[in-house]
Amino acid sequence: MRSILPVMTVVAAILGFWVMCVVPMNMHLVADQAQRDGLSVAPDTPNARQDFGGVALALKNPHLIPLTYDFVRPRLPSPHQVAGEMYATIFEKKISSKRSLVYHGWVTLAPTLLGFVIGTGLGILLAVGIVYSRVMDRSVMPWAIVSQTIPILALAPMIIVVLGSMGIQGVFPKSIIAAYLSFFPVVVGMVKGLRSPDAMQLDLLRTYNASGSQGFWALRLPASAPYLFASLKIGISASLVGTIVAELPTGARAGFGARMLVGDQYGQPLVSWAALFAAALTAAALVGIFSLIERITLKRMGMATT
Amino acid sequence: MIYALAALVVWALGWWINIRLSNGMRSDERVVRVAIPLIFGLTIVLMWELLVIGFEVNPVILPAPSSIIERLGMEGPRLWADFKQTILKGALSGYVIGGMAALCVAVLADRSDFLTRGILPVGGFMAALPIVGTAPIFVKWLGSDWESKAAVVAVMVFFPILVNTVAGLRDTAAMQRDLMRTYGAGYWPTLLKLRLPAAMPFIFNGLKIATTLALIGAIVAEFFGSPTVGMGFRISTSFGQLALDMVWAEIVVAAIAGSAFYGAMTLIEKRVTFWHPSQR
Repeated sequence: MRSILPVMTVVAAILGFWVMCVVPMNMHLVADQAQRDGLSVAPDTPNARQDFGGVALALKNPHLIPLTYDFVRPRLPSPHQVAGEMYATIFEKKISSKRSLVYHGWVTLAPTLLGFVIGTGLGILLAVGIVYSRVMDRSVMPWAIVSQTIPILALAPMIIVVLGSMGIQGVFPKSIIAAYLSFFPVVVGMVKGLRSPDAMQLDLLRTYNASGSQGFWALRLPASAPYLFASLKIGISASLVGTIVAELPTGARAGFGARMLVGDQYGQPLVSWAALFAAALTAAALVGIFSLIERITLKRMGMATT
Repeated sequence: MIYALAALVVWALGWWINIRLSNGMRSDERVVRVAIPLIFGLTIVLMWELLVIGFEVNPVILPAPSSIIERLGMEGPRLWADFKQTILKGALSGYVIGGMAALCVAVLADRSDFLTRGILPVGGFMAALPIVGTAPIFVKWLGSDWESKAAVVAVMVFFPILVNTVAGLRDTAAMQRDLMRTYGAGYWPTLLKLRLPAAMPFIFNGLKIATTLALIGAIVAEFFGSPTVGMGFRISTSFGQLALDMVWAEIVVAAIAGSAFYGAMTLIEKRVTFWHPSQR
């Protein structure tokens, strides 16, 4: 727990940087609005103001600086605006409402979890196949590694539309992408994990006259647990990113990705930012849950490193 | 039906060859090790082709590999223009900017143990976030040309490289640092001669993770606004025209570019970290 203070410092520094950026980013818009409201603004035409940078304009009109933090349609909203919007859409709306972030969060989370379970299951199976079959190891493993260098995530929206045109809609298409993205990290991690027992341990089992399946359940599978958890944490965040990207440009009506795009297109930046931070919190929560399970499991297995 | 049978035969044949090769006497030779995955890939592509012809799959759903290859040949100049716009301008410049920024911040933060302990968890947390979701915001701020793509890419690659560099700079043994002190080396000689080289395996780990992120960021950001050139733009417009073979041709280019980028980083890593146990 000794790292709490440093973490708070870094977070405070990031927030401070953000707060500082709000003024120059919004200054021009605020100045235009202030003029319309009859306040005095230093260069009094929008064109003249374009010649100044955000900072210079703020120095010329210090009385407008507080306004930048409460602007209705900011280019960069201030932290308290985002927090307010998040509070309003998470706690003050009914969960069934179309404007509730909890509702949109569930729309995104359900396919993520379904896809993650499918991808992880298939990944573990393939990893077992690769470890026990020389042919699969030699023919599939190189492709599993190469596939991680391919920006497949960029195609997520297209896959959604193809499946949609085939009449497959709802949770399933998004979970395919989530499954795909969690699949390969799990394969690569599990292959490493299942191979982690060294020759000495395998020999020991042979002196016990253990069968192949006993060797798998009693040695290889438990030994792979730390590797599996590392992959699961990568996989779950990749799945969530995949689902969100899949929702972004496909005209999806619900979900974090859809909220980000709606806010962007209809000039409601607060909606986008709230969705962005809600997605970040969700990702953090998912990774956090897996870290917790990891710590408890490894501790009970006697494999905890610290 | 005949095509489906042919596909099965191709599968059986390819698998049989691979069984022979991988259980054969020469299975550890370099040629065989490269040949096996190639045969596997070729089998899949052949089966794909045969099944698409056999079941008369609508090209709007899944085009045959032959028509994708045809597109690759025909649309060469256009694909090259897209490649230049997205990969060379968007992804690479963002990658360089983000990487440089991450290295500088890491070296600066490394001077204080307090900051390092703060940056590691926060950076690791940020690296797991869906940063690609900021793409619409950046496109709005910086316009639709490559600058906004470079910005998205720079933010996406920043955190993985930062976390790995900070972790790597801490990865020297007390004995090694003491040795440098007995030589009378100050901060800068220690950094340049001991700690940065020792951090290289970590830094390259971050750089390699970031290659894929860079391509994803550059392509996805183009979905939200781009000039009439670029891989993301081409993917979404070809899709609107139901020219799926063009979409797949772009996928092939993206795959090759991604693997080449990753491969290039691996090669440089081999040169730089030749001393590391994993490279010997």
